[in-house]
Amino acid sequence: MWQMFVRWFHKWSSPKWFYEMSRPWSFWLGWAAVLLIATALVWGLAFSPVERVQGNSYRIIFLHVPAAFLAQAIYMTIAIAGAVGLVWRIKLAFYAAKQCVPIGTSMALLALITGAIWGKPTWGAWWVWDARLTSMLILLLLYLGLWALQNAMERQESGDRAAAILALVGVVNIPIIKFSVNWWNTLHQPATLKISSAAPMHVSMLIPLLMSILGFYLAFGAWMLIRTRLEILDREKKAKWAQEEIKRLEAN
Amino acid sequence: MAFSTVGEFFAMGNHGLYVWTAYAVGAAVILFNVMSPRRLKKKLILDQKRRERREQV
Repeated sequence: MWQMFVRWFHKWSSPKWFYEMSRPWSFWLGWAAVLLIATALVWGLAFSPVERVQGNSYRIIFLHVPAAFLAQAIYMTIAIAGAVGLVWRIKLAFYAAKQCVPIGTSMALLALITGAIWGKPTWGAWWVWDARLTSMLILLLLYLGLWALQNAMERQESGDRAAAILALVGVVNIPIIKFSVNWWNTLHQPATLKISSAAPMHVSMLIPLLMSILGFYLAFGAWMLIRTRLEILDREKKAKWAQEEIKRLEAN
Repeated sequence: MAFSTVGEFFAMGNHGLYVWTAYAVGAAVILFNVMSPRRLKKKLILDQKRRERREQV
């Protein structure tokens, strides 16, 4: 059983094997994401009822929450991939980690900007130095740090390793973001979605929110696959098969 | 439908500017993520061409 797992793991961690197998994945993930996000946003913008206290500004939630969820999930993906790369010396994990960084940065930015825009009509301020907002800003800075480390080193392998260590250290920030609304007095509202209890939200707001979150996760999957596959070609470009594949990219 | 006219939909009960700015930023972020792999792809193809030229010399 264990040996079967090891064999499976080695097969999938081979960049060439992964490149071959993942060929059709991003297409299906991408279209499922387009369908889900489009439905969710049209539903949320035009059909969900107006919120009693916040009025229509609450409709920002359908972007804000998925972006904030993804910014954290992508960070955890990078940290786990970094650990796998450091412990088992798997190159593919480093490739994926590197290509997750721009996507995660864009999501952290989107969460912060939509949050600021939502904060203005709701709290009367674009920004407050409160625990949730500050820890999210730290997440954005961590992303920028990862990007800088990956690109600062002369040898790409050193950059990968340094970024993986920073990613692992920065994991402390994730529970701080999650629990900041419980641990400190904050303006930010507590979590709307909880696994342990029903959401205190009307179904016609909840369903598009869940659809949007799922759609963003799938979009991340598609974007990460497309980018990781290109990263594989870039790093393996000394190999004949990778060069052939790059030529095929040009033909399409 | 939560709105009875198109004008009301765009006005978003005087929160229009906030809602539509947020969605414009969202569209920009999605566009960035869709377009940026293309730049990566172009770079790969250019590098490959340069390699081939060097091998020919």
